[in-house]
Amino acid sequence: MPLLNFIVTVIACLIFYLILTAGSGTDILIWSWQQFAVGILFSLVVGMVGRNVLVGKDLRMVNPRRWVVLIVYLGPFFLEMAKANIDVAIRIITGNINPGIVKIPTNLKTDLGITMLSNSITLTPGTLTVDVDEKTRELYVHWLDVKVKEPETSESVSGSLEKWIRRATE
Amino acid sequence: MILEIVIILLIIGLVFNLLGSIGILRFPDVYTRLHAGSKCATFGSIFTSLAVVVYGSAMWYTQDSMVYADMVIHTVIAVICLLITNPTGAHAIARAAHRSGIMPIRAVVDRLKEEK
Repeated sequence: MPLLNFIVTVIACLIFYLILTAGSGTDILIWSWQQFAVGILFSLVVGMVGRNVLVGKDLRMVNPRRWVVLIVYLGPFFLEMAKANIDVAIRIITGNINPGIVKIPTNLKTDLGITMLSNSITLTPGTLTVDVDEKTRELYVHWLDVKVKEPETSESVSGSLEKWIRRATE
Repeated sequence: MILEIVIILLIIGLVFNLLGSIGILRFPDVYTRLHAGSKCATFGSIFTSLAVVVYGSAMWYTQDSMVYADMVIHTVIAVICLLITNPTGAHAIARAAHRSGIMPIRAVVDRLKEEK
C-alpha cells in the first residue's frame, strides 16, 4: 500500500509539473528534455516525502470516471453560481436582505464530499458555510435570504449540487 | 471580433468587482460583507481571467506561438487555485467570527447559537 501511494503521488506531481511547463521545447512532444528530467527528479522527491499526505485513506479518487463526473459537475455549478451572483448583485443595490444561520443535513459519507459541498456552498454567493458538525454531518450555513428556516435536505440551499458530489465521490 | 468578446468579458468582470466593493460598504455585519466581498469578487475575477484565456487562445491560434499557450494554461491554473482557496478563506473568517462571539445582525434565525 505505501508503494501504491508513492506511485500515485509521483504520477500526479509529474502531470502537474508537465502542465505548468508545457511549451518549453520540442524534444519530447512540447517539452524539453531538461524539464522532463527535473520534473521526474522532483516528483520522486515529493513522492518520498509526502506519499501519505496527498493520498488519504483510500485511492477511490484515482478512478478516471470520477474525474469525468467532476468536470461535468462544473456545468450545473457555474449555472447555480451565475444565478446566485445576479441575485446578490440585486440585493447589494436594493439593500433588501433577510439573513440567518440555518442547519442543513447532508447524506454524504466521505470527508472529501463534505469538503466539496461546503466549498461549493461558500463559493455560491448568498450562502456561506460557517461551521460543520462532524458527527452528524450537518452544515451550519449563513444564508443571505432565508426562505426555509428548517431545511429538510440541502436541496433548498444548494440545488442539485449534493447529488452531483455524491455521484463523484461515493 | 475577438477584441469585442474580450471587452465584454472584462466589463462583466469589472461590474461584479465593483458591486462587491459597494456591498462591503453597504451591508451591516461581517457575514453579509463576506458574501459581497469574497464572492462577487471571485465571480468578477473569473470573468477577467476568462478574457485573458479567450485572448490568449485566439493569439495562440493565429500566431502559433507557445508563449500564448503558456499564458492560457497558467491563467486556468490560477482560476482553479482561486476556486479552491477563496471559499476556504471565507469559511475560516466566518467560523472565527462566530467563535469569538460576533452574532449576525438582523438575523431571523441562528441555529448555531442555539446549539452551542
